[in-house]
Amino acid sequence: MQSSRRDFLKLAGVSALGLSAGTLGFLGEGARAADALPTATDFAKPSTAKRWAMVIDTAKFDDALFKKCIDACHSNHNVPEIEGKQQIKWIWTEDFEGAFPTERPAYLAEEQEHRKYLLLCNHCENPACVRVCPTKATFKNNEGLVIMDYHRCIGCRYCMAGCPYGARSFNFQDPAPHIKNINLQYPHRTRGVVEKCTFCVEKLAQGKLPLCVEASGGAMVFGDLTDPNSEVRKVLKHKYAIRRKPDVGTEPGVFYII
Amino acid sequence: MYNAKFIIPGLIIFIGLALFPFIKGAGQPELKVETEKPKEAKECVLPKEKIRDVHMVLLNEWRDDVIRNGKRVYTSENGKQYNMSLTNTCMGCHENKDKFCDKCHNEVGVNPYCWNCHNTSPVKKEGEK
Repeated sequence: MQSSRRDFLKLAGVSALGLSAGTLGFLGEGARAADALPTATDFAKPSTAKRWAMVIDTAKFDDALFKKCIDACHSNHNVPEIEGKQQIKWIWTEDFEGAFPTERPAYLAEEQEHRKYLLLCNHCENPACVRVCPTKATFKNNEGLVIMDYHRCIGCRYCMAGCPYGARSFNFQDPAPHIKNINLQYPHRTRGVVEKCTFCVEKLAQGKLPLCVEASGGAMVFGDLTDPNSEVRKVLKHKYAIRRKPDVGTEPGVFYII
Repeated sequence: MYNAKFIIPGLIIFIGLALFPFIKGAGQPELKVETEKPKEAKECVLPKEKIRDVHMVLLNEWRDDVIRNGKRVYTSENGKQYNMSLTNTCMGCHENKDKFCDKCHNEVGVNPYCWNCHNTSPVKKEGEK
């Protein structure tokens, strides 16, 4: 059969569409298989560090990757989707001005100015939220993670006032009805407590990486800041990275390669 | 005694009311709560009598150990190891909260708020009740 160039192009177009259909997702992703329940053996080899830290390579991110990282976190930790002022966020995006309000570069390069930046709890060295929490519901553990004990939180929101990064959200209402697919293995929160990112402390205890880092495919790096051979230190050795609001003196644990 | 005609009948009525639950309960058969036992698991993290008495204490200790101390593995008396988790360990065996937990809690009138956050039945599929 004689085929014209036109026919060939048509065929190629349809094939390309078919190939991309899977990634675009309109053929439907496979139903998320239920993970096995974690047992004691899963916690046999935890990842440990003196001070956990994260490096985010902001140039490697696009909207799709942002969504992938945010979805990985929010769907696993049962973060509700609420619009408006009662929004709950563990990990979110912001423009340069919003992310780094104290950096005031004149005539900022357009690429950096129009880029979005992935924000999350900075797990600071001197966390203001810990200092102001009257019940010690928020505390810093011995690996440098700022953790919340929701059982002890009385919802006074001092920590939200104290946090210079807006990394905490308050549950003004029961979050359960706003969670689309509840991950039954992880508790959701209740009305009247503050919540935030935990650097996936429950994954670190199983020797895994935080979910957003895993989803980012190398755009985020995670490791021990005190260990010169760790992934984060290797990256920081070669790249110029900034932190949010360095002048407030909280010593954030999240670094941004600009 | 002043006002004996009021005080003595009043005292009798008070004692009668105070003793009423005991009088009414006398001779009744002992209270029995039938809970649904896990089908697959044969042993609990503690012996049956002990877990019945101290499960709330144990869960409090687990919560503090996991969240505040980062200790996530519990070794039971016979040396078996468990993941310290209400949702993933307890509810993994005791699948049905209504037929196990609530049976006793309703009977004795306690209302723990564990399930405001901790999801029930992790092994069950979505939409199943």
